Formats: sequence, C-alpha cells, structure tokens
Amino acid sequence: MLDFFNSPEVQEQFSLFLELLPGDVWDTVYSTALATLFAYVVGLPLGILLVTGEAGGVRPLPRWFMAALNFVINILRSVPFLILMILAIPLSRLILGTSVGTAAMIPPLVIAAFPFVARMVESSLREVDRGVLEAATAMGASPLQIVWKVLLPEARPSLLTGATTVTITILGYGAMAGFIGGTGLGATAINYGYYRTQIVLEYCAVIALVILVQIVQTAGTRTAVGSDKRLTKKSRRRGLRDANRQVNRDRRSPGGM
Amino acid sequence: MIELRHISKIFPTADGDFQALSDISLTIQDGDIFGIVGMSGAGKSTLVRCINLLERPTEGQVLMDGILETEDGGPVDLCSLSPAQLRQARRSISMIFQQFNLLMQRTCLNNICFPMEIAGVPRAEAKKRALEYLDIVGLPDKANAYPAQLSGGQKQRIAIARALASNPKVLLCDEATSALDPTTTRSILKLIQDINRRLGITAIIITHEMAVVESICTHVAILEKGRMVETGTVEEVFSNPKTEAGRRLVFPEGANIDKFPVAGVVRVVFNGGSSYEPLIASLAIDCGVKVNILGADTRNVNGKAFGSMLLGLPEDRNEAAKAMSYLRAQKDVTVEEVPDYHA
Repeated sequence: MLDFFNSPEVQEQFSLFLELLPGDVWDTVYSTALATLFAYVVGLPLGILLVTGEAGGVRPLPRWFMAALNFVINILRSVPFLILMILAIPLSRLILGTSVGTAAMIPPLVIAAFPFVARMVESSLREVDRGVLEAATAMGASPLQIVWKVLLPEARPSLLTGATTVTITILGYGAMAGFIGGTGLGATAINYGYYRTQIVLEYCAVIALVILVQIVQTAGTRTAVGSDKRLTKKSRRRGLRDANRQVNRDRRSPGGM
Repeated sequence: MIELRHISKIFPTADGDFQALSDISLTIQDGDIFGIVGMSGAGKSTLVRCINLLERPTEGQVLMDGILETEDGGPVDLCSLSPAQLRQARRSISMIFQQFNLLMQRTCLNNICFPMEIAGVPRAEAKKRALEYLDIVGLPDKANAYPAQLSGGQKQRIAIARALASNPKVLLCDEATSALDPTTTRSILKLIQDINRRLGITAIIITHEMAVVESICTHVAILEKGRMVETGTVEEVFSNPKTEAGRRLVFPEGANIDKFPVAGVVRVVFNGGSSYEPLIASLAIDCGVKVNILGADTRNVNGKAFGSMLLGLPEDRNEAAKAMSYLRAQKDVTVEEVPDYHA
C-alpha cells in the first residue's frame, strides 16, 4: 500500500494535483457562483410568475401565458444536460466569442439551471400560508407589495434551502462541462483521470469536489435555519434536521434538474 | 353604515353551481357589534368575505359610507370600485382571522407596522404608532418577539393591534376566537368590545358560538344554508327566536321554549323499576300536576328503566309538594332536589 503511494508515478500525480488545485478550485467556484447568480436573475421572476399568475393567485395572468410558461420550463428541464450543453455552444460563442474556457461554461449552465430555479422558487413560494396572503390582500396591499413584502420574505428560509440545492446541482453540472472544454475540478478529473488514466489525480479532484459540496451544503443549511423566525431556540435543532432531510430528498430525485 | 343589498354568491364546482349565499340584505349601523351566526357551512364566512370583497358577490351591492371621498358624500358600492380604489377602501376595513395570519418572519412590531408600510406611512411614525397599539392590546413587552414565540391569545392580540394600525372604521372578525380556549376567548372578546367602545370601530363578528354573540354583540343575524333567516337586536332574537334555525342556535340543547314556569328542580333516578311505567304521565293523571322534563337520560334494559330525569316542578307550592310526595312514593325511584340548577 505504502509502496503504491511512494511510487514516482503517483508522487508525480500528487504534485501535479497540488499544482492545479488553486486554479481549479477558483474556476469551479467562479463558474458556479456566476451561473447560479444568472440562473436566479432569470429563474426567480419566472418562479414568482408561476405562483402569482395562476388562477386564484395574487395577480392572475392569461391562461395561455401560464400554459406557455409551464411548457417551456418543462421542455428545458427534460433535455439532458449534456445535450443542452452542446446545443448551447453557439450561444457561448455569440456572447463571449469562444466556446471553451471558464466563462464559456456559464451560458449553458444558466440555460440548464434557470428552469430548475423557477421550479424550486415556485415550490418555496407555495409553502407560504394562503391565509397570510389573504390578510395582506384584505389590508389593501397591491400585488407587487404582496410579492416583495409577504411572499418572498415569508418564503426566505425555504428559498435559501432551495438556493443551496441549486448551487450544488450547478456545481455538479459544471464538473460535466469538462467534456466540452470547460475548466475546474471536474475538467481536471475528466482530462487527466478519464482520458489519461491518472487515477490518483482523478480521485483527488473528486475528493476536492466532495469537500466543496459539503461546505456549500453546511453553510446553506445553517443560513436557512438561522434565518427562520418560525423556529424558537428549542426547535432550531429540529429545524436543522428537517432542513437536511429536505435537501436529501431533493438530491435523491434522479435526473437532477 | 354598512348596507348589504341582495348579496348572492355562487361557487361553480365540478358538480354544478353551489349557492353559498342567497339574497342577503342587512344594515349595520356605525358603532354596532354585529354578530353573524350559523352552523358550519351556513355561509357566514363567505358573507363576511363579501364585505371586503375577498370574495366578490355574484350579485348584489356592498354599500359603505365614510371610507372613500365621493362627490355627493354618499355611500359607495365596493363592487363598483377600481382595483386601486378598492385597495384604498380596504384600509378602512380591517380583518382578523381564526388562524391569526401573522407574518411569521417579522417581529410583532413589524407585523403591526405592515399595514402602515403598505399605506406609505413614514417608518418612524409607523413605529411610534405600532408601540401605542401594542400598549392598547396589552403586550407592550412583545415588540421584538416573533409570532412563533407567542401563545394563541397573544397572537390574536397582535393581529388585533395590526388591524387597528390602519385606523379602520370597521373590524371584521372571522371566527377570531374559535381557535382559543374559553378564558382567552373571553379576554379577546373583552378587548374587541373595549376597542368598539373606545375607538368607535364597528365590529362584525362571525361565529358559530352563541355564547360569543351573547357576551358582546348588540345585533345579530342568523344564517342558515346561505339565507338570512332572522335578524335584530340580540335581546329580540334571544328572547324570542322566530325560526327553527334561530331556536336551534339559541337553545342548542333543545330546552323548552314555551317557558313553562319552573320553581324547583328535582332529579329522578330510575333504579330499574319492575316495569317501564310511564311515570310522568301517571303523575299528571293521578295528581293532576304538570311537570316539565328539562333533561333525560334513560335506558330500557330488559324492560326495566335505568337512568335519570331532570324535572322542573310547577311554581304552585302545593302542587310541587304533591308531585314530590307522589314521586317519593314510587318504587325503585330515588328523588333528590337540585338546588343550583341553571338552564
């Protein structure tokens, strides 16, 4: 066992990994963060519309519009990410002038993630008690006031839990982007491990990804539970457990987005 | 003044239209505490939600005066207002709910500030007023607490403070005490009455409990199956309910409404007399004394009578004494006086 780790070949992979690590981590964090941000810029308003626009919602929209919105989101969610990524290559070229590199990963990730974000936001907003919305309506709040002052703040803990799940999913998809010229930890695992059978390097990159996911998840759950004013001190521990259970349920759903 | 004119509400459902309200007209004067009672499903919640148009009536008018400026100073029909005007009008019509409906992610103080935020009251002034309302509802120390840290009664107090914050003319209470225990219910009702008297806010109270109406309402309307079957002052309706629905609500235990004058009350316990003798009938025939059955729980076990009956004795002392001695003479029957009986 020790011999294996001491062999020059493995030592070489280790040192290569350490050399690549800072840049890879940066690329992964950078692309994930920006893709998540833009996915929310597009997905959050759509998620709000999905809830407020339905019949009996805060501001009902025409049926054809809601049907079209749902249809587009479902179509985008049913295309496998790898295919969507290849389809989005021209988009990256159009926006950024290139289809390879860290920045080029972002448009396909956003395209793949915003419908998922819309659905996550939708399900969070649906958890808000209808009675509270009714109370706000009865007080004379406008639809916009209801969204800003009631719907989003009341759903905050659930939205944060959802954002954690979205970030981790995008992190996972970003790793896949290594196949089409992306960068980061996933790309290193694919390029060195898969294509050049440098198994040790591949495992090291995967372990680094696992650690990143753990950090994001822990931070996300803590923030969500910590911000939930429904929980008293006593029930906070229980809230943390429930939040974890919710996240695990999200992860179990096959097909990710 | 609030005037409902010919309000009907029809909900389309999968198995045809459901008529929740049919042709309801009533007038509520300023300063009244108006109770709307009925069994569950009678349409009382729908009716109160028609007053602030949370449900839009299928037909009819909701007239109110003093909530919006009109050219002739007369009442406005809420159903005819634009969305913006309706929002403006709603600020004068506050509502409290059975489930409180507080914003769970806001402190109590910020919950009370909410209606003022919507109306564009400057933050500093809103905060100052919110603290005053916290005082009125008796929770001055809960400003920075979150609703999750409060008991049901405290939550309803915060909801009332929030309802007052928009300076309303009308307070709608939709089963506001139904989720609370009897003691808390009393204190919340007391608070509503207090607000009605001190601030002159008209209160409309939806409830299925007659006790609520009895304790604070000045006027009452009884709903049954979407129709208003009776209305009037609480005294009128309670002393002489004219309809079957009214009687059922006023006397839920089915007490005698012919007001048989009752002096003393006795409990007759059947210990399994040899046969199932019609005791009350024979009492009337043998002694010529009429007694009033106030309540009975008897069982026939193999032809033998078990259980007890509460009898109201006539006011005439001689007759009462005659009845007592007749009952005491019966075999397998125990008779005892019930000194502190309250109908």
